[in-house]
Parts: sequence; structure tokens; C-alpha cells
Amino acid sequence: MSSVFPVSALGREGAGGLSATDPRLRIVTAAIFAVICVSLTSLIALLLALAGAVALAAGFNLPAGPTARRMAAMDGFILFLLISLPFTVPGAPLFTLWGLTASLEGLTLAMQIALKSNAVILSVMALVGTVSPVTLGSALHALHVPGALVHLLLFTTRYIGVLQDEYARLRLAMRARAFRPANTLHTYRSFGYLVGMMLIRALDRSDRIMEAMKCRGFDGRLHVMARFRLAYADWIFVGVIGLGLLALIGVEWWLRAA
Amino acid sequence: MLLELSGVTFGYTDRPPILCGADLTLAAGERLCVTGANGSGKSTLLRLIVGLIRPTAGTITAFGHPCLGEADFAKVRRRVGLVFQDPDDQLFCPTVAEDVAFGPLNLGQTRDKAMATVARVLAQLDLRHLQDRVTYQLSGGERRLVTLATVLAMNPEVLLLDEPTNALDADNQARLTDVLQALPHAMVIVSHDAAFRAALGNRALVLQNGQLSPVAQDPVKTV
Repeated sequence: MSSVFPVSALGREGAGGLSATDPRLRIVTAAIFAVICVSLTSLIALLLALAGAVALAAGFNLPAGPTARRMAAMDGFILFLLISLPFTVPGAPLFTLWGLTASLEGLTLAMQIALKSNAVILSVMALVGTVSPVTLGSALHALHVPGALVHLLLFTTRYIGVLQDEYARLRLAMRARAFRPANTLHTYRSFGYLVGMMLIRALDRSDRIMEAMKCRGFDGRLHVMARFRLAYADWIFVGVIGLGLLALIGVEWWLRAA
Repeated sequence: MLLELSGVTFGYTDRPPILCGADLTLAAGERLCVTGANGSGKSTLLRLIVGLIRPTAGTITAFGHPCLGEADFAKVRRRVGLVFQDPDDQLFCPTVAEDVAFGPLNLGQTRDKAMATVARVLAQLDLRHLQDRVTYQLSGGERRLVTLATVLAMNPEVLLLDEPTNALDADNQARLTDVLQALPHAMVIVSHDAAFRAALGNRALVLQNGQLSPVAQDPVKTV
């Protein structure tokens, strides 16, 4: 089992392109882009939005192969919805397949959903997915996200690897004693023990971490170290993205009016 | 006397007491080694000193003040640094710099001051290159030295070390020994490693049947 926790597996910080852009700006941009994308209805505007997301992906140096695989994984979730929509939404008949009639409205809706979801996911992967979890936590803190949530994220980042190692060790110990999973009661009981043991160990560990924190004067307040400043390039980024978003809204408005 | 434990008794529920009437003193400049069988209560002893658990009987005096409640022990923890057995318990921040800064920030240092402390302590231990590393990606030896840095950043007067050489290879063990030898702090060292104790300790106690008794210091060997 490889790492379940790829540290910014797609793209790396400081990897050139737009990677130096302020992470706070990237989070906010991703949020605004998502809201605008979801409100668009014209297929042309949505195609432009998807093109914008592709441009962002290129700008943030997302590797094409792994990115496409992740997108495909996400599309897999909505595939059934996309296939069934043309046949379930009533409207002007378009074609008939095995006695089922597809409607123009249904097909349009399916295309809208496909374009919106892909544009949003791709932009989030480009803008937020390339930020390392640590920086992401600090940036969320700088954006005044509640401290408890930020620290939940940071603690998860820190201990998911430890938990994974613990799981791997226990699993290896089981295999070393000739354990092979099968559809037997013994298998289910053993996995039950494994999960139970991991929970107990996690609880014990959390107690020890709390003690270690108390030993260093922890009083319930946590401090985040990183501080961010907008650079000149960040303002150019804001300008370009802002113009792009305005253009999207303009196209949508113009096509609706026409 | 920096630390003074007298008649300390402690037991975990449903088990016979692990410490019954243990006495210990630590003076400035002393490096006191504590040995004992597995489960004899060595880690418990260290946790008692910093008040993570409370004795059922006996008294703990630190820096001349008797310690009774959480407020007393909170003060003790600022001056007595405990280095845990498992570095993963101690390093909980994502990056080394943040982890080392955690204690100083809790002591009320500003961010800039804390960063200066981080730089100073990491330089002292020759660990500047680790400053921005992610803690869980450190090697075992690096982890051990960084935990020491997190404790030294609090500027303690006494160090409590719980099996510090656990899982260290010979090179890292030698490095840790050098680092500790260069420190002026009084220490209580719990270790199974005779060579390590011989290289550092200047007094030794053995924990047996819940009580601490003096033993001859291990003969000094070259590590």
C-alpha cells in the first residue's frame, strides 16, 4: 500500500508557473470561480469556464496524466446521472434508444452538469490541490477559518502517516503469522481486532500527545506561524482572473438576453 | 536542591502500586541515571515529576516549592523539560520550526522572538537544515534531536530523558551523547543502555519494588 497521503502529489510548491501565487488568493479564487460556474447556464459560457480551468491547470503545472485520471474518477461518480438525465427529463424528443426517448432539455442539463463539475473540480485541483496541507492550514487560518477546524486539518496532516504506519505494522504482523484474508468468520474477527487495536492505540497516543503538549506549556490556544503578503505578481493574478470571471458573466448575460 | 521526591507512592487502578515510597533528589549539575526492569515505573516516575499524574502519597518539591496542584506543576513544566520516549508523541506540528516554536509561543514570546529562539536552538544542535522539514518525514535520529530541540527551546533548568537512545543507530547515539554532554543542564536519564549511562551519568539509582536505591555508577567506557 503506497502513501494514502500524497503531499501535494499534483504539482509542487515553487515549481514555477503560477505556483508562487499567494495560497489565500488561490482559495478565494477557487471559491468564487465555483460559485460563478454553478450559476452559469449557457453551454458556451460553460465551455469557456472549462477552458479557463484548463488554463489554470496548465498555469499551475498540473501533470496531464494523473490529473486526467483523477478527473475520470470524479466523472465516474456522476456517469450514471449523466446517462440517465436525457431519458428522464421531459421535453422535445431528440432520438429514441431501445424504446426510450431522449429529450433535448435532458441532454442540455446533462451537458451543463458535466461541464460545471469538471470545470469546478479542475480549478480546485489547480488552485488548492497544489498547496501543501501545511500551507493550506496556515492560509485558511489567515482567512479567519475557525481555529478548531484549521488545527483539525493540521493534526490530521501530522498523524495520518503515523496511523498508516501503525496499520501497516499490524497488517505485516498478521501476514507474518500466515494470515490470509478470506470470506471466513476468522477473517472478519481478525479485521475487527485490527480496527479495535488501532482505535485503542490512537486514543493512547492522543493522551500522550496531550501530555507532551502540556509539558511545553500548552494552555488551550494554538498558534499558527506562517504569515502571508500579497506580492506584485499576485495583483496581476487578481486582475487577470477578475477580467476572466467578468468575461464569463458577460457572455452568459449576453447569450441570455439574445 | 532542584528536585526532591520523598515517599512518593503511585499505582494505576486495578494493579498493585508501581511506586511505594520512592525518594529522589537532584542537585544542580547532576546527571542522575535511573535503571530498572521493564514496567518497574521509570516512565511513571518522570511523569510524576512534571505532574502529568499525581502521587497518592508522598511529596514532590521542585526548586524549593512543594508542588500540590495543577498551578504548581504548570510552573514546574516551564523549568523541567521532559523528552518523551516516542518522538511521534512529542512532535505534533507539521513542520520542525513550528514544533520548536510551540513551547516559546506558549510561554508568551512573540512570533518574531519565537522564530529567533527556533533559530538559536536549532543552530545549537546543528539542525538548521531541518527547520522547514515536515516532522513525520524526519529520520529516527533527526526526530530524536528535534524533540530535544523542542524542549531546549523552553530554556529549562532540568532535563528528564525517557529512553533517549531508543531505536537510534550507533552514529546517532554517539551524536546524541555528544550533544547531551555539551549541555549544562541537570538531568534525570532513564536508559537501558549501559554505555550511554556510563558516558553521561554521574550518579545512579535503581528502581526496584517501587523504591529507588543508589547503585554504583557504571564504569566509564568509551562509547
